Amino acid sequence: MGGHWISLHFLTFVTITSLLGSGAKGEIPPRPINTAGPPITQNNGPQSFPEAAKTNLPLFTVDYSRIQIPFEITLWVLLASFAKIGFHVYNKITIWVPESCLLIAVGLIVGSIMHAVHEEPPAVLSSNVFFLYMLPPIVLDSGYFMPTRAFFENIGTVLWFAVVGTLWNSIGIGISLFTICQIEAFGVQDINLQENLLFAAIISAVDPVAVLTVFEDVNVNEQLYIVVFGECLFNDAVTVVLYNLFNHVAELPVVDAPDVFLGVARFFVVGLGGVLFGFLFGVVASFTTRFTGKVGEIEPLFIFMYSYLAYLVAELFAISSIMAIVTCALTMKYYVEENVSQRSCTTIRHVIKMMGSVSETLIFFFLGVVTITTEHEWNWGYISFTLLFAVVWRGLGVLVLTQIINPFRTIPFNLKDQFGLAYGGLRGAISFALVFTLPENIGRKKLFITATIVIIIFTVFIQGISIRPLIELMNVRKTNRNLDTINVEVHSRTMEHTIAGIEDLCGQWSHHYWKDKFIKFNNSFIRKILIRDSRAESSIVALYKKLELQNAMEILDSVSADISDTPLDELLPDKKPSSNPKKKFHATDLRNMHDILSKNMYKIRQRTVAYTSKYAMPNDTRSKEILIRRHASIRRSIRPGSFQNPDVARSHKYLSLPAGQNLDSQFPPKRMSHVGDSDTMSEMGYPAVRARFGRAQRPSSSSGMPLQMLDTVREAPSSVSLVDEQQPLRDSHSHSHRAPHLAGSRAPIPRQRNGSSGDNGDTARGPREEEEEAAGEEEEEQQQQQPLSPPHSWAPARQGEGRAQAPLLRPQWKPRPQPRP
Amino acid sequence: MGGLNSVPDDQRYRELADKTGFSLEQIGNLHNRFKQLSHNEDTLRRDDFSKIPDLACNPIRAEIIEAFFDKRNFQSHGVGTVEEIGFEEFLTIMSYFRPPSLNMSEEQREELRRIKLRFLFNMHDTDNDGTITLEEYRHVVEELLSRSGALGRETAKGIADAAMLEVASISMGHMEPDEFYEGITFEHFLKILKGIEIETRMHIRFLNVDTTVLCK
Repeated sequence: MGGHWISLHFLTFVTITSLLGSGAKGEIPPRPINTAGPPITQNNGPQSFPEAAKTNLPLFTVDYSRIQIPFEITLWVLLASFAKIGFHVYNKITIWVPESCLLIAVGLIVGSIMHAVHEEPPAVLSSNVFFLYMLPPIVLDSGYFMPTRAFFENIGTVLWFAVVGTLWNSIGIGISLFTICQIEAFGVQDINLQENLLFAAIISAVDPVAVLTVFEDVNVNEQLYIVVFGECLFNDAVTVVLYNLFNHVAELPVVDAPDVFLGVARFFVVGLGGVLFGFLFGVVASFTTRFTGKVGEIEPLFIFMYSYLAYLVAELFAISSIMAIVTCALTMKYYVEENVSQRSCTTIRHVIKMMGSVSETLIFFFLGVVTITTEHEWNWGYISFTLLFAVVWRGLGVLVLTQIINPFRTIPFNLKDQFGLAYGGLRGAISFALVFTLPENIGRKKLFITATIVIIIFTVFIQGISIRPLIELMNVRKTNRNLDTINVEVHSRTMEHTIAGIEDLCGQWSHHYWKDKFIKFNNSFIRKILIRDSRAESSIVALYKKLELQNAMEILDSVSADISDTPLDELLPDKKPSSNPKKKFHATDLRNMHDILSKNMYKIRQRTVAYTSKYAMPNDTRSKEILIRRHASIRRSIRPGSFQNPDVARSHKYLSLPAGQNLDSQFPPKRMSHVGDSDTMSEMGYPAVRARFGRAQRPSSSSGMPLQMLDTVREAPSSVSLVDEQQPLRDSHSHSHRAPHLAGSRAPIPRQRNGSSGDNGDTARGPREEEEEAAGEEEEEQQQQQPLSPPHSWAPARQGEGRAQAPLLRPQWKPRPQPRP
Repeated sequence: MGGLNSVPDDQRYRELADKTGFSLEQIGNLHNRFKQLSHNEDTLRRDDFSKIPDLACNPIRAEIIEAFFDKRNFQSHGVGTVEEIGFEEFLTIMSYFRPPSLNMSEEQREELRRIKLRFLFNMHDTDNDGTITLEEYRHVVEELLSRSGALGRETAKGIADAAMLEVASISMGHMEPDEFYEGITFEHFLKILKGIEIETRMHIRFLNVDTTVLCK
């Protein structure tokens, strides 16, 4: 499902881009020449059938000019994507060298090849193409994946740095350069102030993707992170506004005072207008998704179309389209993600990520090519001073601006943070694209292009590569941003409420107070209007549900691992021929498996990473820390010989695998390392995340495993209100229900029996009971109390007082009425 | 600031400032607020707190108010509660929420963290036995979820249980089958909240500007 959409959008995107890219002429695409087949007849084309029949019907024709543009662009994108795959083959590279460096490097190589064979690069990057097709995906990507909470908590600082910082840089660099231009020795006296300012605005746009990746990896503190993130986003907007402004001004022969004043006024009109439009479109988009439940296939489309519409309308009125699309994304994200289905949500995220990534990849790649293939105008003086001023003004700017903002911040930035901010000012794709699309009437355009490329390459390569060691060396204040445990959530909430309460008490309001008020307003009004099912949900509950879901999947995993060892032919009457029965495990295999498991499980990746990295999809690629307990249990369960346990073999009859299920995808090591091809998993949104506290065990190890761990938590009767959120799981797993068994805890044992294999329900009960007997005496007791449970419910009929299970998996599948055997 | 000049006992403010670390302006502001809450009395009672309209919607209102009357928060070995508090106690509670200063050593930071978490812990540990028992935990979660309406007590219970299980498995590691996890001790509490940055959350920016006129 998701795949279709992605490819569809991808194609649309490429096609659209290519339609407007004028005269793409690439070298890389191997150009088919009319060698194969007879030449095209003068009738031009095989489509006119009757006529062609009169002449010699061409057996085989080639019409390259017709497909040239989309074809070459597709190949370009493909090549860039291959390069990205290549980078990740050897993981160590991308840790130490930012991807943008690698892309530029590949671009340079390709450029030299093209240069060697005297080919022109495709002139894809025109001003229109860039602003209408390349830029929106990039900013939508950043806007949509902006960590909202952190952003609003630091909104003042973010805007301060983005707006004032960019102005500071543009004006500072511009004027300094203008001064330099007055020196005769450099021979650049013809560059006037307006042009210098224009150029300075272009190179003020920072693009710290590489820095963000590093920050995420080293867990730099949230304040620093979000300021760099927000700065890059909003400073694009500021830069583009300045760019248009100066572009306009640069054409004027004389600049008067009113022009300056109008320019300043326009700056605000443009920025605030963009916010307003974006907000409007965001609200409309959220409202629309209220009604798209029945048309799930096109649900994601609304999001893209509304965002793009916001962008275009803002362009129409010449207000800041970046602000519009970013605000739109920020506004609608929260509501849309609650309205749309889990699948659409994943699709939306994937497509946004993908489009943004493609755009950016192309620009960087193109930058590499252009560096080699275009004519450069090299001026030592101008270029080295540009570089110097860019670095100096950035550093000064951060120092000064921090001094001003620090008294207003609860947590002030210390010197190390300031260094991180200043050093993180890499220039990137936006700068290049802007300078490349300068109008031709700027006399020194070539010099500007050269200088910009120098700055980009300098910052991306030198700063980008050195920032990780530097940050680690300096020991910048760190945060652990990813603690997905219920306790943390509960206590964070408690803290928030406490703070809000104390603020109320002492009458000193800061954002906690406003946040509190907004949440109230949101819950009582906005949600009712914009969200289909407007029950307000506490984040604690949300997390709880999520963890339960993970736990459930974990069990599925562990069970399926056992399944894979069974004689499948008995179980799967109509299984696909492709799904071969799993081979027997040998001791070495098991050890390997264990290694893989332990490595993957202890690898912690950050949630924010997944959400904000431009090169990674949210939620999909994280594995999680697991408890030692679980670890140990897995070790025990994959001990050689455990698979030969007769009990296990019998239980496998019960643990039927549905027809057509690809077994390999269920194999735990694969799942852990996240290459499982199961679509369902990725659609769940949080696939291979292991719950931290699931003492899930495989059935095979159930014997001899101590069970009663926590009597403290035994009296929770199950709550049925959690049935709803199991819906997605049930939906997407309806084809993959096995019977997971949580032996370690007395968690509900899913007695799911797949409909397709319901015929072995009778034989199944035996092993199940045996297992549970082995599992513990109390378990047995319960078993006797209610041995016949509705097959389709989790731990059914265990709701009696005092007979509770470990609460973690208490939610129940809605029992489906099914005749008992 | 105006509040400072209008109050005669400047000397007392200085003592309080030394003790709690607030600036004189901040103490002045807080004193104004204190008088506003107490209706110009010398002491605050629970009733005064429960009348604050802004606080009315806070789900853990009861815990917050109780923290102001808890002797544990005034001195290190206090036990039990008091019926009314004076300005000094009020200020002491407030000082738990002072932000960390810019230049702090690692140890000071750690100490601050402990103090803030201790406050939080005491809020949960209502019977002062050094552990947050399951009952107490459930109570907290119930309060937290009380605004969500539809969810009800059962969910809260389930969540508390799961959370407790989590603590048990994080802090105890492997447990024997007959072992019994009584509750979260402060050490375990520290352990489970190890990664999160308390300093950025458990504090308030105390302004130097008097805002009491805006308060209801």
